[in-house]
Amino acid sequence: MELRKEYFADERKDDLKEIGQPRLRADALGHVTGTTTFFADRNLPGLLHLKMVRSPHHHARIRSIDLSEAGRHPGVVRILTADDVPHNVYTILTLIQVGPEDETVLATDKVRWKGEAIVAILADSERAAHEAAQKVKVDYEVLPAVLSIDEALAPGAPVVNEYHGQNFYRYDSGECRKVRFGDVEAGFAGADHILEQTYGSGPIEHAPTETTGCIVMPEGSGRFTCYTNTQAMFFTLDNTSIILQMDGAKLHMVGGTVGGGFGGKVDVTVEPIAILGAKLTGRPVSFIYSREEEMQISSPRAAEKLVIKDGVMKDGRIVARYVKAYIDAGAYSRHSPYGAQKSAAHFPGPYTVENVWVDSYCVYTNRTPSSAMRGFGVTIGDFALEVQMDKLARLVGMDPLEFRFVNAYRDGDMKAHRQPTEGAALIECMQEASRAAQWPVAEKYLQMSSARREG
Amino acid sequence: MGLGLETFPTLAAAGEALAANAAARYLGGGTLVVRSANEGDVGFETYVTASERALTDIVVADGRATIGAGVTMARIAREPALGFLAPAARAVGGPAIRNMATVGGNLFAPVPYGDFAVALLALDASLDIDGEPVAVSAFLAGRDTTHAGALVRSVSFTLPAEGSFLFAKASRVRPKGASVVTIAAVVEERAGTISSARIAYGCMADRPIRAPAVERALAGKARTAEGIAAALAVATEGTAPPTDAIASAWYRGEVLPVHLKRLLLPA
Amino acid sequence: MKKVPVQFTLNGEEKAEFVESGVTLLKALREKIGDTSVKAGCQQGTCGSCAVIVDGELRLSCLTLAERCGGAAIETTGGLAHGEVLHPLQRAFNEGFATQCGFCTPGMIMAAKALLDHNPQPSREDVVEAISGNICRCTGYEPIIQAILAAARANSLSAA
Ligand SMILES: Cc1cc2nc3c(=O)[nH]c(=O)nc-3n(C[C@H](O)[C@H](O)[C@H](O)COP(=O)(O)OP(=O)(O)OC[C@H]3O[C@@H](n4cnc5c(N)ncnc54)[C@H](O)[C@@H]3O)c2cc1C
Ligand code: FES
Ligand code: FES
Repeated sequence: MELRKEYFADERKDDLKEIGQPRLRADALGHVTGTTTFFADRNLPGLLHLKMVRSPHHHARIRSIDLSEAGRHPGVVRILTADDVPHNVYTILTLIQVGPEDETVLATDKVRWKGEAIVAILADSERAAHEAAQKVKVDYEVLPAVLSIDEALAPGAPVVNEYHGQNFYRYDSGECRKVRFGDVEAGFAGADHILEQTYGSGPIEHAPTETTGCIVMPEGSGRFTCYTNTQAMFFTLDNTSIILQMDGAKLHMVGGTVGGGFGGKVDVTVEPIAILGAKLTGRPVSFIYSREEEMQISSPRAAEKLVIKDGVMKDGRIVARYVKAYIDAGAYSRHSPYGAQKSAAHFPGPYTVENVWVDSYCVYTNRTPSSAMRGFGVTIGDFALEVQMDKLARLVGMDPLEFRFVNAYRDGDMKAHRQPTEGAALIECMQEASRAAQWPVAEKYLQMSSARREG
Repeated sequence: MGLGLETFPTLAAAGEALAANAAARYLGGGTLVVRSANEGDVGFETYVTASERALTDIVVADGRATIGAGVTMARIAREPALGFLAPAARAVGGPAIRNMATVGGNLFAPVPYGDFAVALLALDASLDIDGEPVAVSAFLAGRDTTHAGALVRSVSFTLPAEGSFLFAKASRVRPKGASVVTIAAVVEERAGTISSARIAYGCMADRPIRAPAVERALAGKARTAEGIAAALAVATEGTAPPTDAIASAWYRGEVLPVHLKRLLLPA
Repeated sequence: MKKVPVQFTLNGEEKAEFVESGVTLLKALREKIGDTSVKAGCQQGTCGSCAVIVDGELRLSCLTLAERCGGAAIETTGGLAHGEVLHPLQRAFNEGFATQCGFCTPGMIMAAKALLDHNPQPSREDVVEAISGNICRCTGYEPIIQAILAAARANSLSAA
């Protein structure tokens, strides 16, 4: 590793003791000896296995559920349905005052994505649970489904989620999150060139090596110990407490060791139902996603569609940027209204543009609900923006790196969100990148500084 | 009900046990059968297997090779007398899978699997089923109809002439990865022209298939760009490639001639 | 379900257990014998986190039936260290940042050991091939490849 201390040398004391030093991970010794305890590394006597029966349809009305045969299957101890869940609403962002109550823990009258949880079988063995799952009879009326952003927003599209009434989330600001800065139309009118492009991405699964899961042990005095690999311990504690209408003091969550998360283990999908199972049977319960469930059921990064229109001058200055962003939440909100908001807040990227217009929509489709993943709402936007930057550079005949120097934001610049830029370091990063990658740029760019504009 | 394992001394005895129990499944190396039980397949509750010696023998003599159905890919890959087949055996899975995956199981592997069976098809192998020879082509075509439930003891084939066996597998992940397309060929040349060609594809239908139009178009031609042009033009004739997580049918059809060309043109 | 006796050595120690006929080696090791160094990442053969060495060969314990391992010598990462003294692979993984969440690590170390046992001085290509059935979602593989090569070098130094 190499530290370049000459940048911003006057802004800090040169007394770094840890940064730049190799340090062994605190947990690595346990990993290499196989002694780290992951949540599933415990054998509890009398353990029940929970198997979720899920919707095979993207969109369907449930006419009836017949559990009589499954319930009699040898080894089955109990089957949980929506009626067993004290507060059958899953809304993770209720904790930060965002969440619409648009999703159930176990489905009642409808399923809105292929894989939606309907009933949970608790059995002595995994095999018995699988066998019983085959015997659950659900009578569906299959409904037309929308499987893309464009289909969802087309006039006359079937409504995915009645809670919202239309296939997008309605913010206090209206049908989308909006950023308005300067006058984009005037900007386009004065531009030498205009470039409008559409970018798209599919959902991306985190695919952690350890699948999502938990093991719950009923303790004395009505308390439950839940060994979980959640990435979001307090979201899990609070949501479980709300769903089960159970005092948080009764929930002893044990976690901290996660076999890969990447944002994919922030949804509270296994703990409430496993704890409920332990409560209603008095036995320890394990609910662990199969690999197939991890890939299909756990929420992915949202698919996105981005339309970016830029006005650019011959000298490389971007004078107007117009963005329409669509974030595919899937069938339920989870973190996506927040993700779409982050998306709006991220444009126009780390560039100073005088005229900006952003509309960012959170769209509902009959797909697996999407959720958090490493910079969600931002990363795909960055991909689109940077491809757009390369195309713009080509359009005006400039080197793509020099083009970014021209437009880079600097301290004191007013951002589209009416916040002055502080602590920018883009110029310096690009200067160093230019050297490290041996991608030369003109001397004037090497003389630039984030702290002040030249001249 | 839990799962059970029954091991019989002969394949014939295993066959009887299977015939008597609809909820039994023959177990080779288990990379597909055990996997499906783990994934919740409750269609069977008994694994049946046999410990007969012939299942794990490799015999190479008098220009013919006989490989027991229970021989693993790893063993084939390190068998000196079958050096030409090592690339096909090594094309299956990663190292651990190859230590387990058998020849017999590969004949039943659904797409995108079955790479070794593609090689056997190009070699025009013959299977020993109940002591009777069955051509691998007939067996693959009828594996879930006329030959359903048949147990394979071994596969045998005439050793191809030196340098005449060609094999290529295109995958999206390397070195290990499921197949986009797999091609095996036995191309014999005499005096600069192709005297006979057997071409087999994997992942160009729901199971390995031969490419008769290509074989015909190659006969009598030189192994040059011009010589194989007519064969490449009919490369996809008779194919019905699947669309799966690895590739779309369209993509498979597009890349097949590219890989076929690379395989057929001497480096 | 019928229980059957199986006997094998695990990291050199004799083990004799009654297991369900048809149970996988993965479950027998984790649930019966208590060796949880063997991880279940997929139970479909795709991730390699359950990899163990059976009679010198790398195998996926999730696809192997325990009953078929009677008389075998089984090795797992849980038994690799001698007390406090780490195996060179463990040391190299630890020091080389070849483990992050750690879930793939025991299987990855087994795949690496199976390689070095047969080929003490592998090339980079050999290493890539040897771990091609093991998925790591955290490290991006490069530190793992480097750690295995470092362990091979350490072995040759100590042998010299
Ligand atoms: C992660 C992973 C990667 C893989 N990659 C590849 C790959 O790259 N290429 C590829 O070709 N395959 C691949 N496979 C599939 C599989 O491993 C191979 O096809 C293997 O050869 C199957 O053999 P097996 O002995 O394990 O079969 P088993 O699982 O034992 O059996 C498979 C089927 O064949 C039947 N069967 C087995 N032996 C006989 C016999 N002698 N007579 C009659 N029926 C029999 C069984 O009843 C069963 O229905 C992969 C599998 C996994 C899990
Ligand atoms: S758990 Fe065995 S390969 Fe993944
Ligand atoms: S360290 Fe997390 S999967 Fe490899």
